[in-house]
Amino acid sequence: MSEKFDVIVVGAGPSGNAAAYTAAKAGLSVLQIERGEYPGSKNVQGAILYANALEQIIPDFRDDAPLERHIIEQRMWVLDDESFVGTHFRSDDYNKPPYNRYTIIRAQFDKWFSSKVKEAGALVICETTVECLLMDGDQVVGVRCDRQGGEVFADVVILADGVNSTLARKAGFHGEIQAGNVALAVKEILFMPQETIEARFNVKDEEGVVIEMFGKITDGLMGTGFLYTNRDSITLGVGCMLSDFKQNPNRTSPYAMLEKMKAHPSIAPMIAGGEMKEYCAHLIPEGGFHAVPKVFGNGWMIVGDSGGFVNAVHREGSNLAMTTGRLAAETAIAAKAAGKGFAAKQLAGYKSALDESFVMKDLHKYRDMPSVFHDNSQFFTTYPELVNRAARTMLTVDGIDKKTKEKEIFSSFRKSRSLAGLAGDAFKLWRAFR
Amino acid sequence: MSTVVNVEEKLFQNRYKVDHGRPHIKIRQPELCRNECKVQSCTYVCPAACYKAEGNGAVTLITDGCLECGSCRIICTELSNVEWEYPRGGHGILFKFG
Ligand SMILES: Cc1cc2nc3c(=O)[nH]c(=O)nc-3n(C[C@H](O)[C@H](O)[C@H](O)COP(=O)(O)OP(=O)(O)OC[C@H]3O[C@@H](n4cnc5c(N)ncnc54)[C@H](O)[C@@H]3O)c2cc1C
Ligand code: SF4
Ligand code: SF4
Repeated sequence: MSEKFDVIVVGAGPSGNAAAYTAAKAGLSVLQIERGEYPGSKNVQGAILYANALEQIIPDFRDDAPLERHIIEQRMWVLDDESFVGTHFRSDDYNKPPYNRYTIIRAQFDKWFSSKVKEAGALVICETTVECLLMDGDQVVGVRCDRQGGEVFADVVILADGVNSTLARKAGFHGEIQAGNVALAVKEILFMPQETIEARFNVKDEEGVVIEMFGKITDGLMGTGFLYTNRDSITLGVGCMLSDFKQNPNRTSPYAMLEKMKAHPSIAPMIAGGEMKEYCAHLIPEGGFHAVPKVFGNGWMIVGDSGGFVNAVHREGSNLAMTTGRLAAETAIAAKAAGKGFAAKQLAGYKSALDESFVMKDLHKYRDMPSVFHDNSQFFTTYPELVNRAARTMLTVDGIDKKTKEKEIFSSFRKSRSLAGLAGDAFKLWRAFR
Repeated sequence: MSTVVNVEEKLFQNRYKVDHGRPHIKIRQPELCRNECKVQSCTYVCPAACYKAEGNGAVTLITDGCLECGSCRIICTELSNVEWEYPRGGHGILFKFG
């Protein structure tokens, strides 16, 4: 296959599918290459789908996309060894169509999205790994695949190859990923009857609940856990910064952490009896604003996880992936229309479009968050314990007056952390969130 | 945390198409693992327990259960001893749900 296309898209996750769909829909000739048996067979997500980003690409996606449940309730739990303190937010606003958040199962969702890409006219080839980019001087002119005679050419190559970003690294566009800039997450899917889920989570029909957790379940490492309700399954997982896994003196493995989380007295009853049908692991780029590499050059653009486009604070990734994919495709479409070639200068519009969008605005807003959490492990160790102890002290009816209890709580905070430390932490958090 | 967890039981639920005889990840110089690497973090960080610490200080790698996350390559920075590629197209882990 030594044809030439307008655009080659490497990868068929949300970013690649958004790019290929947008470019093909505009009439460009598009080749999309995916290494999995089918799109989605390599991909892992929680998974929450934020409707807005997809709506901008396929407005009527709700008609036939495989959606599990729309989210009507969000819980945030801070866990100690035996307890949790949490907030639950449930609103009937979330229960009025069109819904804005859904749980999805990625293998099914990606397959669906890919069917739309094909309908839009792109050529999609699976079971093919791209080995490297083909260069003519410093211009990317195509890719080499692991098939015989697997050199294919295009005006522009969109790298939607996920967090490991192997192709851009091999081409020298950026260096190796830092362990402090990625989280390693593991998750399981547990099947149980629909009625059981609805009874346990107090929901009906297609309503769903998400629980985000942090605290003791991560063994003192910087990380979070999650539990999401699908139609007749629950996904739950836990993730920590890869650098923390590596440096943890307890040498705790990710699966041991997951197992401990499943055994937590507040979590175990929710998943009891579930039949585990798959265990996954995946990295999440969490370095934020400062970790985004150069994302375009002569004949290439990087989209999605490959460019580090994840808002870890809000657990958003797939929507940034779809948006960056769409913006890159729009840049290619404009460059083709302008007819002045596909050098970096002609693709610079991609960067400005990113800066104008919520993608870079949000990443910029939280630019200091990763380092604040990274340098202050008390947010993941001391505080969850203190908060749980405080709640227990206040809520245990044992004849001690409330004023004395308040004093006891205050002094336990003081003992673990100086007053200046407490105030400093509050300030750091406020500054990073601002 | 001392919970003994049998990760093989978890991996058993997964679907794989193993590319027999063509492992996609290799340890470049096994003697570096044995002699130079004190922490051998791959042996507890790998979510599929592909890396095993042997009694004699050596580390062995069997990629059949690999989940293709990339962690082992990224954490082996000091010695850069992991040669890491994705499997050939269509091979490796095949997530049913993801
Ligand atoms: C546990 C977990 C939970 C998450 N939860 C959420 C959530 O709730 N909500 C949310 O919005 N985001 C979430 N994310 C983040 C989200 O999954 C990612 O941001 C998103 O999948 C990125 O999409 P992508 O298309 O850039 O990359 P990917 O989805 O990783 O797709 C990359 C594709 O490229 C293919 N590929 C890679 N290299 C090659 C090659 N050389 N040749 C051919 N094909 C190749 C891969 O097979 C894959 O299909 C979560 C992530 C994880 C790991
Ligand atoms: S971390 Fe690298 S050098 Fe150390 S044991 Fe593992 S593969 Fe070998
Ligand atoms: S890529 Fe991930 S699952 Fe595979 S061997 Fe490396 S750490 Fe283990």
